[in-house]
Amino acid sequence: MTITDTAPTALGTATAISLRGVSKAFGHGGSAVVALEGINLKVSRGEFVCLVGASGCGKSTSLNLIAGLDRPTIGEVTVNGRTALMFQEAALFPWLTVRDNVALPLRLAGVGRAERHRRADDLLEKVHLGGQGGRRPHELSGGMRQRVALARALAQDAEILLMDEPFGALDAMTRDLLHDELEQVWSSTGLTVVFVTHNVREAARLSDRIVLLTSLPGKVADEFPVTIARPRRIDSPEVMGLAAAVTDRLRAEVRRHGD
Amino acid sequence: MATEVRADEAKEQELAAEIAGLDALEAHLGTRPGRARMLWSVAWPKLAAIVLALGAWQAIVWTGWREEYRLPGPDRVLPALFDLLGEGTFWTAVSITMRRAVTGYALALVIGSVIGLAVARVRLLRSAVGSLVTGLQTMPSIAWFPLAILLFGLTEQAIMFVVVLGAAPSIANGLIAGVDHVPPLMLRAGQMIGAKGIGLYRHVILPAALPTFVGGLKQGWAFAWRSLMAGELLVIVASRPSIGDRLQFTRESLNADEMLALMVVILVIGIFVDTVFGRADVTLRRRRGLIDAST
Repeated sequence: MTITDTAPTALGTATAISLRGVSKAFGHGGSAVVALEGINLKVSRGEFVCLVGASGCGKSTSLNLIAGLDRPTIGEVTVNGRTALMFQEAALFPWLTVRDNVALPLRLAGVGRAERHRRADDLLEKVHLGGQGGRRPHELSGGMRQRVALARALAQDAEILLMDEPFGALDAMTRDLLHDELEQVWSSTGLTVVFVTHNVREAARLSDRIVLLTSLPGKVADEFPVTIARPRRIDSPEVMGLAAAVTDRLRAEVRRHGD
Repeated sequence: MATEVRADEAKEQELAAEIAGLDALEAHLGTRPGRARMLWSVAWPKLAAIVLALGAWQAIVWTGWREEYRLPGPDRVLPALFDLLGEGTFWTAVSITMRRAVTGYALALVIGSVIGLAVARVRLLRSAVGSLVTGLQTMPSIAWFPLAILLFGLTEQAIMFVVVLGAAPSIANGLIAGVDHVPPLMLRAGQMIGAKGIGLYRHVILPAALPTFVGGLKQGWAFAWRSLMAGELLVIVASRPSIGDRLQFTRESLNADEMLALMVVILVIGIFVDTVFGRADVTLRRRRGLIDAST
């Protein structure tokens, strides 16, 4: 088992993330739960990949492995570039203003006060929160908080953005707007995005490729390239048609567990 | 090509407008009542309670339950209080008492914080002395005095010793509880944005623990003040007039008017400092959205 953080020579510069034969088990002996088994996944630089699956498919485990928060039991995880992670909750720090939340990664990286404030304000502008920097997180709506979290993730100067059901707790209208916004940020920055969701339509709306995972243990069941032209709408016939196909496949997987 | 760029820009502006509209609909700030009205709404129940308490006290005196030289009413104690306030020696006593309180509390703050942080961080230390710290909190501080007098004699150090032992466990416990209850998601978010080691403590764990810590500080103050009063009654240091030893003296000289006036002073100082901590606590929680903005 080897974990390499940045090894552009071994991977080639076109690949951002590579999982080879990755398995992850929690616990020991008879009570061990296998969350992931024999996962092979390659994500190209600048690609937007959605991981979709039912409960227990190890979506979050995969993200933790890529983020380096956890290590695989077997296999090799290679990540070519720095990662930032977003959760379903914004996880902002309530004692800091919105600006200071965004500036904290810069502060931890040793950026001076004036410079980090300027950059934080720029990032807030980018997520359409210009002028809100002086507010406190609790004064914002759920969608606004997620955008602050996005700005904070961007402040880490990461090449790879990992998102763990980031819009799962938002209402449909806010979610639609955030899809537009995320797409805009993604296309203007060239980030590589790995986006975990159980919302198949969301995956079809956003990604270049949908990776369908099975549950307990999590394995790659299928992959769907998404070639629908951007900008997309979540209610366009193409997006809905693809979502239906993925959902059928997902249901077939879920049925196996009922037998 | 040019039209495509313009279309992109138009789309971006449209998105910005939509997002701004939704934000305006969703994030509405509550309005707060005016300052004077808020002060009055806080003040009047307290004033009413004071008036009621004075009335009850006067009523007991009027029943003739005890002679007035033993239990004087507010009509005698309040003038005695005003006499005290005009006296230079009284203010010397107050300043000595307050200096002891501040020094003792500051010492307790340092010692309590160091112990609290160490116990919160080191697992072995926690299993060794974690419950001892809580145990010390329940120990009545007056029980330390015989030992303190034996160790230090009738000196300032004896008083400090007991004040610190009274306050430090609460402060340590506040910090331990605060660090223990930092939400795991905060820790994960902190680690993810690159905070580790001391940085994680400075930027994530300690700020997250602050409200609980302030609760510990407040309780620590209450214990420090009680310990100090017990100490000043028991340990009378020569040529160091204090509120406590003056109180002791009024009993010996059967001056109940001044005794009760001094008790009022002790109560008021205790309440005043407690209120300062209370305000700090409320401000802290309000800024974090932990309480309704209108409270």
